[in-house]
Amino acid sequence: MIQLQNVHKSFGNNHVLKGVNMDVGKGKSLVIIGGSGTGKSIILKCILGLEKPNQGQILLHGKDINRTNRENFFARFGMLFQGGALFDSLTVWQNVAFKMLRGKLKKTNAEARNIAIEKLRHVGLKPEVADKYPAELSGGMQKRVSLARAIAANPEIIFFDEPNTGLDPIMSGVINDLIREIVVEMKATAITITHDMSSVRAIADKVAMLHDGKIRWTGSIEEMEQSDDPYLTQFINGHSHGPIETIR
Amino acid sequence: MRMSINSALGNIGRSTISFLAALGRVVLFAFETFREMISGPFYVRELFVCLVQIGWLSLPVIGLTALFTGGALALQIYAGGARFNAEAVVPSIVAIGMTRELGPVLGGLMVAARVASSIAAEIGTMKVTEQIDALVTLSTKPMKYLTIPRVVAATVAVPLLVAVGDAIGIMGGYMVGISRLGFNEAAYIKNTVDFLHTWDILSGMIKGAAFGFIVALMGCYYGMNSSQGAQGVGKATKSAVVAASVLILISNYILTEAFFTK
Ligand SMILES: Nc1ncnc2c1ncn2[C@@H]1O[C@H](COP(=O)(O)OP(=O)(O)OP(=O)(O)O)[C@@H](O)[C@H]1O
Ligand SMILES: [Mg+2]
Repeated sequence: MIQLQNVHKSFGNNHVLKGVNMDVGKGKSLVIIGGSGTGKSIILKCILGLEKPNQGQILLHGKDINRTNRENFFARFGMLFQGGALFDSLTVWQNVAFKMLRGKLKKTNAEARNIAIEKLRHVGLKPEVADKYPAELSGGMQKRVSLARAIAANPEIIFFDEPNTGLDPIMSGVINDLIREIVVEMKATAITITHDMSSVRAIADKVAMLHDGKIRWTGSIEEMEQSDDPYLTQFINGHSHGPIETIR
Repeated sequence: MRMSINSALGNIGRSTISFLAALGRVVLFAFETFREMISGPFYVRELFVCLVQIGWLSLPVIGLTALFTGGALALQIYAGGARFNAEAVVPSIVAIGMTRELGPVLGGLMVAARVASSIAAEIGTMKVTEQIDALVTLSTKPMKYLTIPRVVAATVAVPLLVAVGDAIGIMGGYMVGISRLGFNEAAYIKNTVDFLHTWDILSGMIKGAAFGFIVALMGCYYGMNSSQGAQGVGKATKSAVVAASVLILISNYILTEAFFTK
């Protein structure tokens, strides 16, 4: 459903993506893993058109994404940004219900607020936080508000950029279950970036490992566990020695 | 010698080119703003919030600026007028000076300091914390949601601020004229009213609209193009205020030429 073909992206002399090939089927959950700074977030931004690839093609339903109507795409889309990206001038519930307070999906304030509170409950937040401002919440709570905003309008395509960072193990498990549930029950197509191997195992149909600007390895969870690719095994086991350079 | 002249010329050339390039980008940004203005959706609530922040909350600053400027103007014109026994012109010159020049220009500059900086800092912070990206993914065009309400609000609010500033400035001149320069109250007011034309006030307000547009546009432009990090936001804020102030002074001259020379 979403396909990347030979996507290149550089910032000045920093060649971040050097020919990424990747595809995600409809209703499937792809997890991208890879070292910090390898360009995982940039892949998502290229798909969304927030960054322009220097070379290569991105296809949606087999059509070049630049020729498709982005508004239609975003209408069925939700994203959790790595940094949360909550609007700090709006309260928590207004953030979560942002799409329902304006535009095509506009609902009454009361309806939108109820949906927002419901979604906050899904991510383990009490209704009391609804009227707070993002700056008044802890980092992990902000992350979850952002997650609630991403899923608020029941999107068909969802990107999660590190949904578990900053969460305690229990909350992390709750979020993994939630993502799995969204993919299975709502039949959404999901791309998740994470460093947390337990959430990879919990939410992935397919895993892709990005290294040195390319997809180094891709396969299912079972294949991942059995793989003897030295890069992959070093990464999932967290060894400091191996083909992936660590600078100390 | 030749080398240094060459490199000096090179420098001038380079900075001219980069200035023109920057100007081109700003003009494109302005065109895009106009184009997005034609079609919906219109964010009325955001517009209202901007009107309050840009217009209403600037009133104290504008009032104080105008009050003291009007007072100082009266003192200066009195002193200047005394050189050729024309002290009686104080009321009319204060009124004309405030409405045509000082009201709009000082008002515009104060708004540039207050509003261009805060718009650039706010939008710049949104940019570096990915809030602008988030807006796009939430089916909202940053141009429509952020830029247009600010630009429209400033274009509407600054002329009104100028009008208020004019009145307060004239009042400042009046207060000084009565208490320090020995003018008769009724005569001062009559002099002011008799000499002031509608066009004096109107031209100043038109200038105000242009300055308001410039201020908000610069704030949005530099905010949207802010580079990463706190330093990027700081630079955007500074650039927005400098660019807005310079453009206000340049366009003030152009508008004055257009309005008052025949
Ligand atoms: N706007 C930008 N300008 C210049 N370079 C950038 C920009 N955004 C990202 N980069 C560079 O692109 C590279 C990849 O960044 P990206 O955010 O995609 O990393 P990541 O894989 O998501 O890392 P992490 O796991 O730490 O989030 C980094 O080297 C970064 O320096
Ligand atoms: Mg990242």
